[in-house]
Amino acid sequence: MSEIKLMQGNEACVAGAIHAGMRFYSGYPITPSTEIAELSAELLPKHGGKFIQMEDEIAGIAAALGASLTGIKSMTATSGPGFSLKQENIGYGIMAEIPIVIVDVQRSGPSTGMPTSPSQSDIMQARWGTHGDHSIIALYPASVKEIYTTTIRAFNLSEKYRTPVILLMDEIIGHMREKIDLEELKDIEIYDRKKPTVPPDKYLAYKVSENDVVPEMAAFGEGYRYNVTGLVHDETGFPSGNEVVADKLLKRLINKIENNKDDIVTYEEYMLDDADYAIVSFGAISRSSKVAVNELRELGIKIGMFRPITIWPSPEKQLSELSKKVKKIYVVELNAGQYLLEVQRIVSGQCKIGKYGKINGEIITPQEIVSFIEEDIYA
Amino acid sequence: MPSELITNYFRTETLPHIWCPGCGNGIVTRAIVKAIDNLNISKDDVCIVSGIGCSSRAAGYLDFNTLHTTHGRALAFATGVKLANPKLHVIVITGDGDSSAIGGNHLIHAARRNIDLTTVVFNNSIYGMTGGQYSPTTPTGDKATTAPFGNIDPNFDLCELANAAGATYVARGTVYAVNILEKVIQEGILNKGFSFIEAVTTCPTYYGRKNKKGSAVDMIQYLKENGVMYSAWQKMSDEKKIGKFPIGKLYSKERKEYTEQYQMLIDSLGKERN
Amino acid sequence: MKQYEIRLTGSGGQGLITGGIILAEAAILDGKNALQSQSYGPEARGGASKAEVIISDKEIVFPKITECDLLLALTNVACKKYLKSLKKGGILVIDSSVDKPDRDDITVYQIPIIETANEKLKKSMVANIVALGALNKILNLVSEKSLENAVLDRVPKGTEELNRNALIEGRNLIV
Repeated sequence: MSEIKLMQGNEACVAGAIHAGMRFYSGYPITPSTEIAELSAELLPKHGGKFIQMEDEIAGIAAALGASLTGIKSMTATSGPGFSLKQENIGYGIMAEIPIVIVDVQRSGPSTGMPTSPSQSDIMQARWGTHGDHSIIALYPASVKEIYTTTIRAFNLSEKYRTPVILLMDEIIGHMREKIDLEELKDIEIYDRKKPTVPPDKYLAYKVSENDVVPEMAAFGEGYRYNVTGLVHDETGFPSGNEVVADKLLKRLINKIENNKDDIVTYEEYMLDDADYAIVSFGAISRSSKVAVNELRELGIKIGMFRPITIWPSPEKQLSELSKKVKKIYVVELNAGQYLLEVQRIVSGQCKIGKYGKINGEIITPQEIVSFIEEDIYA
Repeated sequence: MPSELITNYFRTETLPHIWCPGCGNGIVTRAIVKAIDNLNISKDDVCIVSGIGCSSRAAGYLDFNTLHTTHGRALAFATGVKLANPKLHVIVITGDGDSSAIGGNHLIHAARRNIDLTTVVFNNSIYGMTGGQYSPTTPTGDKATTAPFGNIDPNFDLCELANAAGATYVARGTVYAVNILEKVIQEGILNKGFSFIEAVTTCPTYYGRKNKKGSAVDMIQYLKENGVMYSAWQKMSDEKKIGKFPIGKLYSKERKEYTEQYQMLIDSLGKERN
Repeated sequence: MKQYEIRLTGSGGQGLITGGIILAEAAILDGKNALQSQSYGPEARGGASKAEVIISDKEIVFPKITECDLLLALTNVACKKYLKSLKKGGILVIDSSVDKPDRDDITVYQIPIIETANEKLKKSMVANIVALGALNKILNLVSEKSLENAVLDRVPKGTEELNRNALIEGRNLIV
C-alpha cells in the first residue's frame, strides 16, 4: 500500500522525528519553525510522548536536554533569534554529551530581520555559535522527503556520537509542500544510544570503552547515579581543573566528530563527472543551482553541482578533490558569503572561487545564477 | 568519623567542598539530605538539578542522579527531567541570583505550571562565586562590589514571589533553624506540585564583610534573633515586624499538578507509552 | 504535460493557501507531482496573501514561481501587484469586483467568485473553493474526482455538501 501525500517541510521534520523515536519536544514559538511545535503538540501525546511549550527559547533547549538524560529522544526547533538564544545550552549539550536535535529553520536577519523571509545566514552560527573550542554536526536537507530522512539521521547521529545535532532548514523548504511516499521510507534504520554494559558500581559515566567512540549512557532513574556538568570533568563526571584532564576531554569531544567524517559526511554530486566548473550550494538554493546547471549545460558550459548535506563537519576531502578537477567553484548561498569561507579554506588556491549571494530576503532564481556564471565565464 | 548521613548520601571522594569557612551552604545541603533520608526515598529515584553559583556546586557532592546545568536554567532542565520521567523526585538546588535574576523567568513559570519540583534556594543575598556583586535579594542600601555606595535596587521577597506565581507549597528556613529547614524541605518533597523553599544562608566572606555583619557566628546569631515562626509572626504588630522575617511554612494550596495533567491527556488519547 | 505554474492571490483570510494545498493534493491524487508554497505578511487576516502551486509530470526542482501560467486575483491590490508576473499568453482569472487590467497579451476571465460564495452559497469562506472549480474548468489540470476528493479531505466536517456545491457553482461560472 502506498502512502503518498502532500506534506509540508516542517511537517516532514516532525514525522521523521517521531519515526526516529522522538518522544519529547520542548520549544518556544517562532516563525518560520512554529509548525514543528504545533504538530509535535498534536502527535506526541498520541504516541505516549510529551510536548511542552516553555517560557522562552533557552528553556526550550534546556528542558529537551533534561528529558534526554532520562533516556528519551528529544528535540527543539527554532529560527534565527531563538537559535542565538539557544547557543549556550548547545555548548552544554556538547560538553555533557547529551543527544538532542536542534532544528533551525533559517530566516532573514540579523535581529528580527524579515521573519517570514528565507535565508541561509546561520551557517556560521551553527558552526561557531556557542563559545569555546568544539566540533559540531549540522545537516541540511533540500526537499520534503529529504527533511524526513535527514531528521531521522540527525537523531541517529546524535545518539551514536552523544552530541547535539543541528538540523538546518530554511523558510522555503520548511514551508513548501511536496509529494512524499511514507511507505517507501518506513524501513529506515534507527540508532539508539548505547546503554551501560557494566553494573552501576563499575560505571564511569564519561569513560570511553575500547572500540567505542563515546561513553555508554545510562538514563537517570535506572540505578546508575552519576554527575552531569558543563564544567571540565574527568571520566567519573566530576569537575576537574587539571590541564591534562581538560586537554584530553576537549580533544576527545572534537575528535569523536572530526575522526569520523567518513561516517558523518553526506553530499550529492550532480553532473560533475566531466565538469569544468562546479557550483557548491545547499538547502533550497541547491534547487535553484540544479536548474541553473541544466540551463548552463544547454548553453554548452560543462558545469555540475556539489551539494553538502552534512554542512558541518564539512566534506573537506570531497571538496578538495573537486577543486583539483575543475577550473572554478562557485559558492551560491542565500547569505553574504559564509560557506564561501569554508570552501576557500579547503580549496586553498587549487582552483578559482566565485560567489553569488543575496541578502534581501528573496530566493536566488536559476536565471540569476545562469546570468552570473555565463557572464563570469565569458568575461 | 563522618556521620552516616555523609557516608550514605555524599560522594565522599569529591569532598572537601569548595565553600568558604563559615558558609551556610553545607548546612542547607545536609538539611536536604536529611529530609530525603527521613522520607526513605531510594537514591536512584532522586534527581538533583542545580544551576551555577556557590550553592549549585552542592549537586556534585551528592550521591543521586545529579545535573549541574547552566546559569539560571536549573528549573528549565528540571522541568524536562520531571516531565520525561515523573517517577523521579526532582529537587532543584539554586541560589538567589541563579533563581531570581538570570533564572527568574523559569521560576515564575515553573510555579505557574505547578510542576512537581522541590526548589531550594540558598539565599545568601549576594553573588558569591563571582566575588560579591549585589543580587535581587541584596537588601536595599547594602553594599556589594557592584554597589560600592550602597544598593539602590529594591529587593525581592522570594517566598511572596513564588506564592504569587502559583507555587503550592512555600516555606522559609534558615541555617540557624535547621530542624525547621529539614521539616519544610521534607514537606516540600511530599507536596505533589511546585514547592518553593527559601533557605536563608550566610556568606561571611563577601556579604558579611562588605556590610560589617561580623563573623559567621554573628551572622547566624542574627538569623536566630530575627527569624520568627510564622504562627508567631501572624500575631505580631507591623511595628514589631520591622527587621524580622517569618520562617516555617508560609503558604500551601491545592492545584492540579502538571505532569499528572499531561499523563491524563496521554491516557485520554488512548495510547500506551512505547 | 509541461510544468504548469499557478499563482493564487488575494487578501489574508480568503483561504487561498488552503486552495493551493487542495489543488496540489488533487494533482498528487492524479499521480502527478506538485509543489505548493506561499508567502504572507505578519497579519493572518486582511494582508496580501499569495499561494503558489506547481504541477508537473516530472520532478519539480526550483520550488518557486517567477512567471506564472495562471494568475488568480481576488482583490485589486493583488491584481496590480502580481499582474506583471503573468506570462505572455497566460490566463488571468479575476473576481468581478476587480478592475479589468489593460493587457492584451493574455486571456482574462472576469467572474463573480466572491458574489457566488456570498449570495448563492451564503458563505463567504467558500470563495476559494468556487475559484478552484472555475480554475479547473478552464485548465482541466486535475480530474474532477480528484479535486472533489482533495476538497472533501481538507474542509471541516459537516461542510462537505456546501463545498461540493461551491465546486459546481465555480465550474458553472465558466461557459
